[in-house]
Amino acid sequence: MNPEGFLVLSAILFTIGLAGFLLRRNAIIAFLSIELMLNATNLAFVAFARFHGNLDGLVAAFFVMVVAAAEVVIGLAIIVAVYRSRRSASVDDANLMKL
Amino acid sequence: MIPLIPLVTASEVAFWVCAPISIVCALIFLLSRKPIHSAIAMAGVMVSLAVLYAAQDAPFLFVIQIVVYTGAILMMFLFVVMLIGIDSLDSVVETLKGHRIAASLVALGVGILLISAVGQFTMGGQPAGLAAANAEYGGNIPSLANKLFGEYVFLFEASAALLITAAVGAMVLAHGERLKKKMSQLDEADARVRRYAETGEHPGPLPSSGVFARHNAISIPALLPDGSIAEKSVSKTLTMRGVVVDVDELRAPTSTAYQALEGRTDELEGDDE
Amino acid sequence: MQLLESVSAMSSTGLMVWLLVAIPLASAAFLLLAGKITDGWGHLLGTLAPIASFVLGLVLFLQLLGSPGDDRAINVDLYQWIATGNWTIELGFLVDQLSILFVLLVTGVGSLIHVYSIGYMAHDERRRRFFAYLNLFIAAMLVLVLANNYLVLFLGWEGVGLASFLLISFWAHRPSAAAAGNKAFIVNRVGDLGLSMAVFTMLAMFGSVRFEEVNAGVANLSPTWVTLIGFFLLLGACGKSAQVPLQSWLLDAMEGPTPVSALIHAATMVTAGVYLVVRSHVIYEAAPIATTAVAIVGTVTLLAGAWIGTSKDDIKKVLAGSTMSQIGYMMLAAGLGPVGASFAIFHLITHGFFKANMFLGAGSVMHGMNDDVNMRHYGALAGPMKITALTFGMGYLAIIGFPFFAGFYSKDHIIEAAFQQNTVYGVLALIGAGITAYYMTRLMMMTFFGKKRWEDGVEPHESPLVMTVPLIVLAILSVVAGLFMNGWIQDWLAPTTGQEPHNTPLVHFTTIGLLTLAVVAVGVAIGWFLHKGDIPREAPATKNPLVHAGRNDLYGDALNEHVIIRPAKGLSAGLGAFDRGVADGAVMGSAAVAAGVGEWFRKLQNGYVRSYGLTAGVGLLALAVVVLIGQLA
Repeated sequence: MNPEGFLVLSAILFTIGLAGFLLRRNAIIAFLSIELMLNATNLAFVAFARFHGNLDGLVAAFFVMVVAAAEVVIGLAIIVAVYRSRRSASVDDANLMKL
Repeated sequence: MIPLIPLVTASEVAFWVCAPISIVCALIFLLSRKPIHSAIAMAGVMVSLAVLYAAQDAPFLFVIQIVVYTGAILMMFLFVVMLIGIDSLDSVVETLKGHRIAASLVALGVGILLISAVGQFTMGGQPAGLAAANAEYGGNIPSLANKLFGEYVFLFEASAALLITAAVGAMVLAHGERLKKKMSQLDEADARVRRYAETGEHPGPLPSSGVFARHNAISIPALLPDGSIAEKSVSKTLTMRGVVVDVDELRAPTSTAYQALEGRTDELEGDDE
Repeated sequence: MQLLESVSAMSSTGLMVWLLVAIPLASAAFLLLAGKITDGWGHLLGTLAPIASFVLGLVLFLQLLGSPGDDRAINVDLYQWIATGNWTIELGFLVDQLSILFVLLVTGVGSLIHVYSIGYMAHDERRRRFFAYLNLFIAAMLVLVLANNYLVLFLGWEGVGLASFLLISFWAHRPSAAAAGNKAFIVNRVGDLGLSMAVFTMLAMFGSVRFEEVNAGVANLSPTWVTLIGFFLLLGACGKSAQVPLQSWLLDAMEGPTPVSALIHAATMVTAGVYLVVRSHVIYEAAPIATTAVAIVGTVTLLAGAWIGTSKDDIKKVLAGSTMSQIGYMMLAAGLGPVGASFAIFHLITHGFFKANMFLGAGSVMHGMNDDVNMRHYGALAGPMKITALTFGMGYLAIIGFPFFAGFYSKDHIIEAAFQQNTVYGVLALIGAGITAYYMTRLMMMTFFGKKRWEDGVEPHESPLVMTVPLIVLAILSVVAGLFMNGWIQDWLAPTTGQEPHNTPLVHFTTIGLLTLAVVAVGVAIGWFLHKGDIPREAPATKNPLVHAGRNDLYGDALNEHVIIRPAKGLSAGLGAFDRGVADGAVMGSAAVAAGVGEWFRKLQNGYVRSYGLTAGVGLLALAVVVLIGQLA
């Protein structure tokens, strides 16, 4: 089948991920939204790889996963550290980055 | 043979089954207020994406998506959710003025733009498919391996360094500074005796729960020698929940039995006289 | 490296010239850097350095003396100092008839004063530092007089200014000394402005600051520029030589230790202005107006200094006024054109001897009187301090121009030359000589004769040998220097001053000479008559405006205050108001606008990561729209 369907699905998922990141206050959920966006791009990568008959798209998706794994490790560690010091997982509570 | 529905392939079937599932799951993820529900919905999205990978001749990514993403990464998220926020609900009230509307508009705008961009853009013709590329080294995995360890070997090694750094970083972040000297067993014994001297707190272990002829659960209080209840023999939580069994109730059959026995003894003695 | 190569390639003469400056400089650097370990013997090293320089200078002098008249200038280019564009300036020295005399004066008198200071500063815990500064001064002064171009001269000029500052405020724990050092430094800055402007003008006009090139270039320069350079140089000379109107610092400079007053503020540094004018005689010959200005400044100063000298009770300030006055004579001589230039140098050298002698004598008196400087507390010191009194007497006779003493020749020449040039100069110079005789007699009478007016517990005593020997040497020089140098010095200096040599006999009693002697005799008589009786221990209150003016340094400070400082402050205040109102207003206004905008934008920076994410989303959207529009267009 044509890749357009996959691409549209990818766009929809990406949009939902973006909305989740902007709207949800729980740090874990916001983080998961990022994962959702990464997955959406992965889907696009795979679709394009298949369309072009080229494995490079799969390799790119693979690396996205690797980077996502590293990011998750650090991100969750940060969330846990923040939670330990402020008893909260809400991104709104970590708002010291202002005057 | 001419297929009955010539244009429908397995790939299309997979797409039309999995795409709605993933969108629905994503919406549940977005809208549910409990983090645990969101995480589970996310698992649904990922698994359906894995199926879509498989439908697009990418078996390696299919496996990776399930094993690494859904199996490892997402489970880690679940651990953290369990650890810190299983009870916490996202409040419905938006604290930032106008943020929800603005964010929705932005997300909608981006979505419309992306979809219309994809819609504008017709690829033209059937996809080339990965069969030829896969066949070169005898399958999808050997071909990918060729890419990874050939063309992309430096990137691969750099990602290894990235993962190691991330692991070290996580350990550093998770490391808690010990502010006080660790209490040794001797110190603790000293502290206990000191507390006994100062406040009269009992230095020994708490009394264990009561053992009755027919019951020995932890919700049963022990009795002191004078027959009163030892408060500390039952966990406070159980006391607060009100599940502590009434001692008199427990003692009732025994008391009855004793009374019966005493009555019988009196009877027998009376016979003797 | 370049320096070492040029030194090794140098002739023995060049090496000597180089060492002449390097020895005291190295000694100063060593004493300052080595620190306390040299406390015990640093003063001896510091004394040896100028003596070594003096020996080198003497050898050079004899060498010049032995060479034919035209070949008496040795030019030593050490290395290229500045090379920029069309200008190349060498760090070079010029030993000629003029500079070698200065070298001998500076190192000779300098050595004697170093020796004297061993005794004078014996009880000062910072004696090593004192000698280091003195050596620094000697080195800088030698650079000044040996320079073969105006920029190197300026280097030495600033060096002596620095040394002067350090030494005036040597006892900086006394606020008055610290203030005096600052004052000398700041007033000298005004003069230095003149000299630096002169150097700039020369660079602009001639493209060079070498003496011979400047001298050669003057002929082709428009008179306006030459006059301007002359005035710039005069301003510089006024600052360094304490000439009116930049005279106010010299009297305060007496806060420094007495050897410093003798060396820097009597014998050598303050005469640098005269040296500058004489050295630039070619410029002044081409600029009659500037030359006249030099003469006028000299005349005014010689009278002003003498006036101040008559009314001060502080022995050092009397001598300081006298120094101003005598330098005024030199300036007058230098302003008389070629005929007076060699007399200026002649008087400069004899003055260096007798004034250093008298300053050191005053130091010896103070040494014996527990550092009391008030002459009203002296009296009858000739008894306990015979050597000091005798040597001081020699200096006294020399300065008033007693026949056959040093000043008799040098000063009378100037007065005669002044009469030849312009009767007004001559009469004023003559009056100055009379006043000089009066105030010096007053000083002698109040200090060494009359009745004892000592403070309780003060027991005057003669100074140790290390202090009296330099006094004796200088006293002998005060007596004989005039005899030896009269006539000879004019021949000697003729190539550098442009003066036709004309011999004046040792015994010459012209009409003017006799007139001068008569005026001096009157001055001495008045001084003796007025001070032979009792002298009150406190300065009597007086209504005499002349005395008031003299006691207040002729209101030099008040004049500075009203003429320069107040208007400058007013100007500064005006500029400050302009700055605050207009310049700052513009700046603050734009800052306020920026702050207002920032205050508004600040709301975006609310610390919520989701807001930042939203901003990024808006950015993404905008970017996507732009790209899409670009695609469609």
